[in-house]
Amino acid sequence: MPNKCKHIEKLNATLEQYEQYRKFIIYKDKVLALGNDSLEKTIAIAVSLCLVCAVLVSFAAVALKPLQVDNKAADMKKNILDVAGLLEEGADINAAFSEKIESKLVDLETGDYVDGINADEYDQRKAAKDPAQSILIPKDKDIAHIRVKAKYAKVFLVKEGGEVKSIILPINGYGLWSTLYGFLSLEADGQTVQSINFYDQQETPGLGGEVVNPNWRALWKGKKVYAETDQPALDKGMIGEADIGEPALSLIKGSVDTTKPGSQYQVDGLAGATLTSTGVTNLVRYWTSNEGFAPYLKKVRTVKGVKS
Amino acid sequence: MSAILNDETKKVLTTPLVNDNPITLQVLGICSALAVTSQMSTSLIMALALTLVTAFSSAAISAIRNHIPSSIRIIVQMTIIASLVIVVDQILKAFAYDVSKQLSVFVGLIITNCIVMGRAEGYAMKNPPLESFMDGIGNGLGYSLILIIVAFFRETLGSGKLLGIEVFKLTKDGGWYDPNGLMLLPPSAFFIIGLIIWGVRQWKPSQAEKVEFKILSIAHGEGGHH
Repeated sequence: MPNKCKHIEKLNATLEQYEQYRKFIIYKDKVLALGNDSLEKTIAIAVSLCLVCAVLVSFAAVALKPLQVDNKAADMKKNILDVAGLLEEGADINAAFSEKIESKLVDLETGDYVDGINADEYDQRKAAKDPAQSILIPKDKDIAHIRVKAKYAKVFLVKEGGEVKSIILPINGYGLWSTLYGFLSLEADGQTVQSINFYDQQETPGLGGEVVNPNWRALWKGKKVYAETDQPALDKGMIGEADIGEPALSLIKGSVDTTKPGSQYQVDGLAGATLTSTGVTNLVRYWTSNEGFAPYLKKVRTVKGVKS
Repeated sequence: MSAILNDETKKVLTTPLVNDNPITLQVLGICSALAVTSQMSTSLIMALALTLVTAFSSAAISAIRNHIPSSIRIIVQMTIIASLVIVVDQILKAFAYDVSKQLSVFVGLIITNCIVMGRAEGYAMKNPPLESFMDGIGNGLGYSLILIIVAFFRETLGSGKLLGIEVFKLTKDGGWYDPNGLMLLPPSAFFIIGLIIWGVRQWKPSQAEKVEFKILSIAHGEGGHH
């Protein structure tokens, strides 16, 4: 008997659904038969159109979200491998990244590594937008025009046989039209540039947009970030704190004359893009100053005592 | 195939290429034609995206054309177009991430592209879905044709490349070609489109607009000096 009851219940429910469906069809036919300009039809059409479009849009957004997140992460990894000089055509980016590169969080103020937060999942750009995780930059120090910075920065270390080979620092700053986001890769001495790249920028294509040009980026290799104030100390084979001066690297107008002293701190400016060039100078100087990674790099140097 | 392509569909598919080109004759959709044509690859994707959006939005609008209240007609069209554009944008971000990065905001701006709205209002509201779809494809192709021509000149003359492959060796890489920086800036597309329109109207004089008023020469001028 209870079995039968259940059947009847089910049947009733189906009947009810059918009844509702029938009502809907009748209503639909009624509305569609109305004059196009009647108020009821106008509202009914507007509401149902919105519903259909909303379902379509949200379905696309939700269904494609995982792919988009993967794309974004892969693009970021590709850029990090590229700036580290480890990008190989056709190689699996995810595998290469996890094999060769270690992510670490750095407290920008103290220059110490931060433990307790998973660096792989930390999103520095998101953190910079969150008041709880970011710091407002005083106006007079904000040469890169970014207003806020995340308290913790995500740096990437390339290690080979346990030794740090290069340090990759995230950098950003304002150019002409857009905020440029990129990476600066330094050798283990925290002083010599290995490479630079920008993965997100909207500068004028062909002019300021040439910041992504491989030929121009190659000019950065071997340049020095900080002014070396005490040359003799270098001969002792150590770069001590005293030897490292202020951030000195800048883009100049025209081509660098490599025979002149100080050319190790200079990179060719981008032709026809003075404002983007100034922006790049400022953002590199900002991120290598005490506001940026100078405290961290200082610690890396004293710990390692890199031979020059 | 011939069953689908009757005379009407053939006509709506081919006339927008030259005889009724949305850019050169109707001068619609200029904004994106300026913005994305500094490179061929972005132009091609933009052309494809716009063609698909025009075709599908025209078909969708045409399918419900008999039930669209005239008081909210434009908003209904916009809603359909905007939804399709968002879907296209999402698809690009999922399957062609690099290109979507380059096109950035311009995919979203297809919503405001006058060609899409123009075909919805001018054709799809009065014609059956299949024809409207074909009309959308045709107009999309007309737009694509101009975009490809403009991008061809801008990329080769502006950066010495075509589809990212070197065509002229640049002086900065030790070659002979000194790129024309103007070609990389949006105004250059104005010049190229202007030249194309001029060329087309020389070739087909019927496309030239009639003079709306005649400027009187000063000798015959009357009034104005009181």
